[in-house]
Parts: sequence; structure tokens; C-alpha cells
Amino acid sequence: MADEKNLIEGRTGKWEIILGLEVHAQVISESKLFSGASTTFGAEPNSQVSLVDAAFPGMLPVINKRCVEQAVRTGLGLKAEINLKSVFDRKNYFYADLPAGYQISQYTQPIVGKGVITLDLPDGVKRHVGITRLHLEQDAGKSLHDQHPTKSYIDLNRSGIALMEIVSEPDMRTSEEAAAYLKKLRSILRYLGTCDGNMEEGSMRCDVNVSVRKPGDPLGTRCEIKNVNSIRYVQQAIEYEARRQIEIIEDGGTIKQETRLYDPGKGETRSMRSKEHAHDYRYFPDPDLLPLVLDPDWVNEIKATLPELPDEKRARFSRDYGLSDYDAGVLVSEKEVGAFYESVAKGRDPKLAANWVMGDLAGLLNKAGKGITDSAVSADALGGLIDLIADNTISGRIAKDVFAEMFETGKPAKDIVETKGLRQVTDTGAIDAAIDDIMAKNADKVAEYRGGKDKLLGFFVGQVMKATGGKANPALLNERLKAKLAG
Amino acid sequence: MSAELNSLTIAGALDGLAKKAFSATELAHAHLKAMEKHRDLNAFVVETPEKALSMAAASDARRAKGEALGALDGIALAIKDLFCTDGVQTTAGSHILEGFKPPYESTVTANLWKAGAVMLGKVNMDEFAMGSSNLTSHFGGVGNPWQRKGDNRRLVPGGSSGGSAASVAARMALGATATDTGGSIRQPAAFTGTVGVKPTYGRCSRWGIVAFASSLDQAGPMARSVKDCAIMLGVMAGHDPKDSTSVDLPVPDYTKALTGDVRGLRVGIPKEYRLDGMSPEIENLWAQGAEWLKKAGAEIKDVSLPHTKYALPTYYIIAPAEASSNLARYDGVRFGLRMPGESLDEMYEKTRAEGFGKEVRRRIMIGTYVLSAGYYDAYYLKAQRLRTLIARDFDRAFKDVDVILTPSTPSAAFAEGENTDDPIQMYLNDVFTVTANLVGLPGISVPGGLDSQGLPLGLQLIGRAFDEETLFRVGGAIESSANFTARPAGY
Repeated sequence: MADEKNLIEGRTGKWEIILGLEVHAQVISESKLFSGASTTFGAEPNSQVSLVDAAFPGMLPVINKRCVEQAVRTGLGLKAEINLKSVFDRKNYFYADLPAGYQISQYTQPIVGKGVITLDLPDGVKRHVGITRLHLEQDAGKSLHDQHPTKSYIDLNRSGIALMEIVSEPDMRTSEEAAAYLKKLRSILRYLGTCDGNMEEGSMRCDVNVSVRKPGDPLGTRCEIKNVNSIRYVQQAIEYEARRQIEIIEDGGTIKQETRLYDPGKGETRSMRSKEHAHDYRYFPDPDLLPLVLDPDWVNEIKATLPELPDEKRARFSRDYGLSDYDAGVLVSEKEVGAFYESVAKGRDPKLAANWVMGDLAGLLNKAGKGITDSAVSADALGGLIDLIADNTISGRIAKDVFAEMFETGKPAKDIVETKGLRQVTDTGAIDAAIDDIMAKNADKVAEYRGGKDKLLGFFVGQVMKATGGKANPALLNERLKAKLAG
Repeated sequence: MSAELNSLTIAGALDGLAKKAFSATELAHAHLKAMEKHRDLNAFVVETPEKALSMAAASDARRAKGEALGALDGIALAIKDLFCTDGVQTTAGSHILEGFKPPYESTVTANLWKAGAVMLGKVNMDEFAMGSSNLTSHFGGVGNPWQRKGDNRRLVPGGSSGGSAASVAARMALGATATDTGGSIRQPAAFTGTVGVKPTYGRCSRWGIVAFASSLDQAGPMARSVKDCAIMLGVMAGHDPKDSTSVDLPVPDYTKALTGDVRGLRVGIPKEYRLDGMSPEIENLWAQGAEWLKKAGAEIKDVSLPHTKYALPTYYIIAPAEASSNLARYDGVRFGLRMPGESLDEMYEKTRAEGFGKEVRRRIMIGTYVLSAGYYDAYYLKAQRLRTLIARDFDRAFKDVDVILTPSTPSAAFAEGENTDDPIQMYLNDVFTVTANLVGLPGISVPGGLDSQGLPLGLQLIGRAFDEETLFRVGGAIESSANFTARPAGY
């Protein structure tokens, strides 16, 4: 049943959007899928091209075991079936950046079969999106059309780099779900260390299949929006495309199955291929490669080395640290944040640790445009600060200022507290003196308080705090103040 | 003496070199002279005399120092132009690769050079190995040194390894590398009275050999004796990590298989190879071959290969399908011929129209067709199933016999102009040879005798996978029984 809140309104009633995603994830490996050439990003054009990548006569592909391992690892991370026998096929088409005139891919027998990704939606709802398959294939080179008035330049550095194409079932219904899917997939890939998930550099690219239907109707004709390179654009492209399709159908038209391109500048999708280029890829098994047969023991070895994945870590954080599911979700979204948190929380109050990592630290990092691995405050340093709160050396309020300075200077909390004399005042005499002074200056307010205006307690706390430079131990202050005000 | 050095066998030349009866340089000179003399045959596309002489000199130097010598040290060979040779033009007989000098050496030729062999040049072939006459070469046809009695019309040497066959038959090389996708070694061997071996698929590395049909292509030797082929194959073969389809098995010393002893060996005669309208001369030769082996102590048995009639159509689906994809890389972008165009598509069209000959274009069209949507199941997939059935035929037959004996070709060499306007007629040349390629089995063609017109005819043996030794053993027995000593007039 279609979920009412996911439907969008058209002129003729409500519509449901059906979304399936194909993600091309560049495999993290030293060398290419079928050659020894390097995969480093950003090298001089055509400096990382072997004779195989350039498809010279008589050159033959040899499978890179590391890439296979990464695909298997990813399949296991997606809780998917690993096919012990898979086949490489040739996908034939002519283009200047495809040297062999075919791409080696997997068509009918991919290395990984059905799996699942669990989305954590904002309202706490979990939603399962099916993975149809994952297969290995070669990337093409890059055509540069803006280097010469009449000619195109070709850079083959990317040619032959291993990609995993990860295909989802058409299980998503909103652009938010699509975004959540991409974020979750990226998180899993990063946890596994199989893809860096960097969409700006193109190491993760997304094709979006969009169709619309009236709730309960059979699936509509879909359009594929190719190569969208950010999660935000994916969402925008879906919103635009769904509207476009609804308008066409409501105007009495029909949707043509086609490949489209998203133009972020104009915020619209447009048709990509003209009819004369309708491709017939003439897939057939690559006779240069034997079927890929995996040893089940080897697959089990890989399984044994899988790291803890976001879902498991999230459950553990809730269970072991007593965190809310939401907080746990935030802390595990990036592997490094989870690790940072755990090292802060070790031997300390886990909730306090979570608040600091998700609150002040995340806030300052965000403002500085930095990731947790670039943080000037290490997990140990943050732990040191929390320790000072725990042993009453400083108050939680002072700690915020100390933290800001730690972030700025990289100095340890202890040093800042010492040099700035921020140690909290726990000396009853000093606090009593400050209270007496304030009470003397505000005799009228004291009278009001004693006359029943309890709310004034806050005023007195604030005044005394101010007088002590914020260093008065809050609990002690409260206790003494109440006693003195009571007369 | 020197005038006849080029008539030696490889084994004989190795012997002479070892005894210092002559030097590798003299041997090379004798061949370079013969090459010059017989240029009219058009066997060589590129002659590499300087390379030959420097390699020969290096071989002589090694021999003088008594350094470790390879199995072919000083032996002068011709290289089919399908093998990429470092810095030496490699064209596959095609205009589209004219001028292409690969910056790398094929594994098979590298193995030969490592064993001390001497390179004479690159020999002509049908374009991209597609043909049975050598007439599809962009560099023109090759003359067969053999001629019909009382008829001076030029005959074809067969193909696609026509240049390899002619250079060996005309004593311009002691041996030659060749490749066989559907009969391209065995048919020209039969047409020129030479010995040719197509090893088991996976025996020789395909790395650096211009691909025609990847699942069928296999390199092999051509020479003037079974033993010479055994020596050459021992050097050419071997596992190569750069070719995923090459097999990691030890390479035996094939010359040790040449015992001549075939007693107790079971030789199969496949009844389906008896074609309607087959020439009596071919039939007689076949019967003669069986008789020789029987006399030598082998047991002759009838076997059935029921799917034989599907072999040729299956081959002419699979081979063009793979070729259509393998040849896509010749697009004018990175190497070889480029014909400029207004757009990328126009450049492709002009380059490929200009660069490929008619037969290559025909096969690309066939291959593209059989792989296209809606036809794949009816053609390519069905052909693959037939391939499995044909393989099963052989599995069954090899339960009863150790080797299969057939004619190599349905006829002797034909003249340029005969047979050549009808592609189907031309494809029939491969009728006895394609099955071995489809199922990956090794085959050998050994001269069996001359027909009434004085042209050589060959007998083919097909063996079990990776059992080239039995082929050499039985081939050697046929060779001694046939005692084929005829030479083409004038060579």
C-alpha cells in the first residue's frame, strides 16, 4: 500500500513516485580491474595507461584479485548473496574514450546477487531497500571537449579502473528516501573501505530511475537520469523529473522510456540520446576471460575480516552506552566519528561524551568545514576536558569556553584551565562572601524573594556566578544561596 | 654447401651448428638469399635482414663462448604478421594497421628469441587471419611454390598462414610461426607439403597476437618435419600469466614422443568426415594413412562424431561474433590508419571502410548481426550449445580411441581465381579443421603424398586435450611411412 504522506498532488489526484538507483562506485585498489596501471586520482592525463587500457592489438585482460576481493567484501556488507561463479561480458559500443570498443562488465551472471540496505528515516522509521545485484566492470576514459575549438582530447587514466555497479530494487518512494539510501550506501562502502564515496571526484556516481503512477496502478514507464554527481542534485532531479512525468500524463501524453541528463544550472532534466544512437550493446561472454570462480573458503576469510557496520554499531551504541537510537545513528554515520566517540567515551560518562562529540565538537567542525579526522581537538584531549568536568575542576559552562580555546589553539584543557585560572571555586568561604556581597547590594530583591517570589533565585545565581567569573561550583552555589536567602 | 643450408631441417641445422659445420650467420645468409630470390612469391611483408644478421651473430658469439644455448639457437624463422614484434611493423595483413610498430613483443615470439632463434621477417597472411587462400591480405596474395604438372598458373598456399607455409615450403625459412582459428595452420600446411601443428587451446599464450576470434585462436609452428614442429612447439608453448586462458601445465619434451612406436594405439576414423562428392584422391589418401598406421601396429576403429555437420555453421557464427568485437579497437583513434571526418562517427566510418578489406567487413557484419538484440539467442547462443554438443562427440570418441585420423582438406591447393568468388565455397576449405578449434583440441597436418597433378595432400590427426605428444608420435609414424621427399620444382 502506498503511504499517503509520500504521495504528491497533481491536477488529477495523488501520484506515487517509484525510484530505483544504480550507483557506480569506484573500487579502492592500487591498480586497475584488468591491468597493472595505477588508479591514483589527479595524475597527468594519459600517464596511468597500460597497453591493455589503451586496447593495443594482442593485449589481454587479467583480473585483479584485489578488486574481486573488494566486490565480495561489499556484497557481504550489503548482506547479499555472493555468486561463487560469475561471468565477464563485453558490452559493445563505439566511443573515443572506450579504447577497445567494448567495456568488460558482468551482465547475466554478476558476482553479487540480492541484498538489502536499511534506511533510517528522520521520523525513526526503518525502511528496507532491496539490492538487486552488484557487478564489476571497467570504467571508460574521459573525453575533454573544451580544450580545442574543433577537437576532443582523450584522457585514458580512468580507462579500466574497477567500478562496482550497485543496483537497487525500485523500492524508494521519495527523494528523501533516495538521499537516505545514498548516504547509507556511502557509509557502508566507507566502513568497508571498498570505495571512498567521493561524489565530487566522481568515485561514486548515480543513475536514477524515476517513474510515477497512481497509487495501486502497475508501474509506469521509467526514465533514467544518468550520472548525477551529488546527493542534493539527485533529490532535485527526482523532484523535477516526477513533476515532468506527471504533467505529461495529466496532459494526456505518455512517457517515453529514455536516458536523461540533469542540468543543475537550469534545475531540469533533458533527453540525452537521439534515436540514431539507440544502443544495442551486443553483450556476450568475454572469451579472453574464464568464468570467475570463487573459493568459498576465501569468501569466508573475507567475511571474517569484515568490520562492524553502521547498523550493528548503532545497535551496540544504544545498548552499551545507553544512547538514544537517534544519537547512536548520528555517531555511527561516519566510521571515524564512531571511533572518535568510542575513544572519548572509554571510562567516561557515555552520554556526556556523546553530547560533546555531537554538540560542541560537531558544531565547530562544521563551522570550520572540517571532518573529524582534521579535528584540532583529539579524542584524548576532549576526554581530558570531560575529566575536568567530572572531577569538578571546572563547570560545564566554563568547559564550553575551554573547549572553544582548545579548538582554536590545540592546547590541552588542563593548561588552559591553569593559565587562565578557570578552576572552579569550591571554597565555601569565598562563595559565601560573594553571596553576602550580592545580597547586600540587592536588599530589595532579597525582601521580594523572602516575600515569596521564588523565581528570583535565578537572578541571584546569575549575579553570584558573574561575580565569581563563572567559576563558582554551581551545586555549592545553589546550596549556599538557598540557605542564606532563607535567612 | 652454403647453397643448401636453407634446405636443412631445424634438427639438421641444429646438428650442423653444434658441429660447427657452419655458423648461424651463414645459415641466416642462406635464407636471406632465398628470400631475395623468391620475392615473387610475396611471402614476406617485411624482411628484417639486419635483425636476422645481428641475432645470428649473437648466436654465433654464444656458441663460441660455449654459453648456455637455447633449443633453437641460430635457427632462422619467419614470423606470421599476426604476432606483435617489438619495433617491427605488425599489420595482421591489414591496411588499417599499416605502419604500426608495436612497442612490445608477443609472448610466443619472445619465447623463441629467448631460445636463440633468429628472425628473418614478417610473413604475409589473410587479413586478420580471415581467409583460406591468403588472397584477403592487403599486401596481396602469396604464391604457392607448388604448381600443377604442366600448368604454370599460380596456386594459393592456403590461409590464413599462407606466408608462413610458402616461406617454409620454398626454403626461405627453416620454420615459421603461424596461428590457427579454423584451420589456418593445417590447411596451408596441407597445401604446401609442410607440417603444421595447432596445439590445444591454452597451450601457447595469445598475449601479443592480434586477436581474430579469441576462443578459437591458437599459435603453432609450421616446418618441414614433424620433429621440427616438436622442437618449435616446445619453445613456443607454456603458461603465461598475461593470458588468462593459457594453461598452467608443464611443457613436455615433445621430441621424446617421436618414438615411431604406435603399436596398440587406437586410431579413430570418423564416418561423418566422409563427405558426399569427396575426391577419390582424398579418400584414397585417407585409407592409405589408416593402412600405414595399421601396418605399424595401431588399431583402426570407426568412430562417430554425429554433430560434425554443424561444425562449419557454428564456426561461422562464433568466429565472426568474436571478431566483430575484437576488431572494434581499430577505430583510428590511437594507432594505425585514421581517415579524418567531420564528426567522430564519420571518422570511424571512413577509417574502417578504408582500412578493412571486403572479407573482414563481411565478417564484422555477420558477427554484429548474430550478436544483435533479437538474434543472439537464435544464432550465438545456439552456436554455443552446438559447440558443447560437438565437444561431447569428441569426449565420447576419445573413450574408444587415442587419436582421430582425417584428411586435412577436401582438396589440394587451388589457383587464384578458382574458388575465390564464392565465400561459401571458400569456407568449405575448413570443413575438416574447424571442429578442433571449436572444442580446443590439438591437431596436426602431415604431408601424405601427391595427387595426380603433383600437388601435396595432407593428413590430419586430432588428439585429446594437451596430448600433443600422441600427435607427434602418430604424425611421426605417418611421416616415415609416407616418406614424403617431394620438393616443389625450383625450390
